Amino acid sequence: MTAYVPALTVDGVSKVFDVSAPWLNRVIERRPKLFVEAVSEVSFTVETGTCFSIVGESGCGKSTVARLVTGLYKTTRGDISFGTGATGRPIRVQMIFQDPHSSVNPRWRVGDIIAEPIREMKLRDTEKETMARVRELLETVGLGADDAQKFPHEFSGGQRQRISIARALASEPELLVCDEPTSALDVSVQAQILNLMRRLQDELGLTYLFISHDLSVVRHMSDHIAVMYLGRIVEQAPVEQLFTAPQHPYSKLLLATIPDIQNPKRRVEAQAGEPPSPLNPPSGCAFHPRCPIAMEKCSKVMPELLHAPGHAKVSCHAVAEV
Amino acid sequence: MMAQPIAASKEPEAATPALDVSGLSVEFPSRRGTLLAIDDVSMQIAPGEILGVVGESGAGKSITGLAVLGLLESPGRISGGAIHVGGRRVDTLSEKELTKVRGREMGAIFQDPLTALNPLFTVGKQLVETIRLHSGMSKEAANDRALALLQSVGIPAPRERLRQYPHQFSGGMRQRVVIALALAAGPRLIIADEPTTALDVSIQAQITALLRKLCDETGVGIMLVTHDMGVIAETADRVCVMYSGRVVESGPVAEVIHNPQHPYTKGLMAAIPSLHDRVETLAQIDGSMPRLNARPTGCAFHPRCPYAGPKCSAATPPLVSVGVTRSACWLLQGGTQ
Repeated sequence: MTAYVPALTVDGVSKVFDVSAPWLNRVIERRPKLFVEAVSEVSFTVETGTCFSIVGESGCGKSTVARLVTGLYKTTRGDISFGTGATGRPIRVQMIFQDPHSSVNPRWRVGDIIAEPIREMKLRDTEKETMARVRELLETVGLGADDAQKFPHEFSGGQRQRISIARALASEPELLVCDEPTSALDVSVQAQILNLMRRLQDELGLTYLFISHDLSVVRHMSDHIAVMYLGRIVEQAPVEQLFTAPQHPYSKLLLATIPDIQNPKRRVEAQAGEPPSPLNPPSGCAFHPRCPIAMEKCSKVMPELLHAPGHAKVSCHAVAEV
Repeated sequence: MMAQPIAASKEPEAATPALDVSGLSVEFPSRRGTLLAIDDVSMQIAPGEILGVVGESGAGKSITGLAVLGLLESPGRISGGAIHVGGRRVDTLSEKELTKVRGREMGAIFQDPLTALNPLFTVGKQLVETIRLHSGMSKEAANDRALALLQSVGIPAPRERLRQYPHQFSGGMRQRVVIALALAAGPRLIIADEPTTALDVSIQAQITALLRKLCDETGVGIMLVTHDMGVIAETADRVCVMYSGRVVESGPVAEVIHNPQHPYTKGLMAAIPSLHDRVETLAQIDGSMPRLNARPTGCAFHPRCPYAGPKCSAATPPLVSVGVTRSACWLLQGGTQ
């Protein structure tokens, strides 16, 4: 018996990008090197078989976290570790991207696109078995086995997203990192893809790391949510708790501004302010210039992500003091 | 906060709608035959009213907006119907006459505020130029009006902002500048095509609240084209749901959202994940919007419709009143046989 290890553990991960001007410009214009910390000290764990979502506005670092987890970026600081899969090896990770038009090769037949990971990782012995697996995958995601012969341009956006899901499943992953998988799709098609992803989770026991800016989609999909603001997690809570009792002022702002179809908050004065530039983050808590309950301390000391009532963790001085 | 009214003193007669589109059709001739992008679309917008035009990609909502503005790209052309803006027919005007009407009578707000502004000129210069072109004001008067416009769209420190270039503005602030430009000549109608799609939710809420406020204060009519039912629910007074080039349902926004009649609207509303309760599986509409060159006969929605009968594939249903809304479905007009 080994100790239980969650599917994914992200521990104090930071990512710094060098956004300096070219070398010659720096010398001539006497400009210093410029760094931006896109993700700072982010920690969370994802339990096997659950869906963990990261939400936030553009530029908050949520997609960078997805790319760090899949190894597309290297971490600057911190550790990312994976649990063990069914056969004792570390779990496999795959990624689904936002834009189904640019994430599949237009010159390859769909069958080859899906077969590539199988061939590359030698998951099947013969070509015949590989193609049988491709047909099986196509049927799993709701396409026809004959579609393997077609090219991506013959499919609509929703069908192409099904192809990229089939390709992601081809390497038999246990953890799927989904970066805005439905943001490029229409609502009626979005529902098809979300239903498919939920069904696959039940059937294959998948674990999801789900990145989205759409809170209603996140609510539908996830068990646990982390809200990011300017590279940091400001609140982390089980889904029901975050939606019924958000604690961080930014989570409250997000929930208050999202358009609500069932009972629209018409004519409510919107809260002013915009997210600051990550190049020049405010001192202390990054949210303090927009925060309605900011105190003097907020502009000086960065709040830590502390346990709050319920199973939440909140990074806010005002919440910590209560 | 607002000292002077933004709309020019152009009191519209109570009966004249800001926009009256009747039986509009738009076609795109191509080598493989003529594609009908908009088919017999009618809509009215009263002064001070926001009409939401909603639909999925390919429904023809943006084309409708472009047709009103006279900005259809060749080979696209209006093949039928009439468009009246503030009582004046605009679809028959020559390009030269249209240039005068565009901007003065109708303004436009597009999705990406960066491409709508000229990066080489300051925001002030662009505003002053637009105001002077349409009103013939003196430079000083136009400058004052530009200042008032920036103030009314909620840009802090407008005097300094007038001297800045578009790249010095954030996305939300840029969209406010574009709104100020659209309002510059005091138009009767604004076509806002996905004005908040490129913005974050907290900024989106600010912009929709601003549109609402300007509409109430200046009496301009707004055609809000979007794919986001949430934005419509928060902002619009009435809504037109489009599918494959036709209006399938229209009516007061609360009625269409809470009590949709057309099977497509019903499916669309059920497919949106709720913020309030969680369901195991979302209702989904199988298939996708037909392409223009493969539009089904009869009602274009019938291959995806769970209630479709023989009549649905035979004839196109007209838009008729069903209760308080108008709906184009044979099912609601006495059966599908």
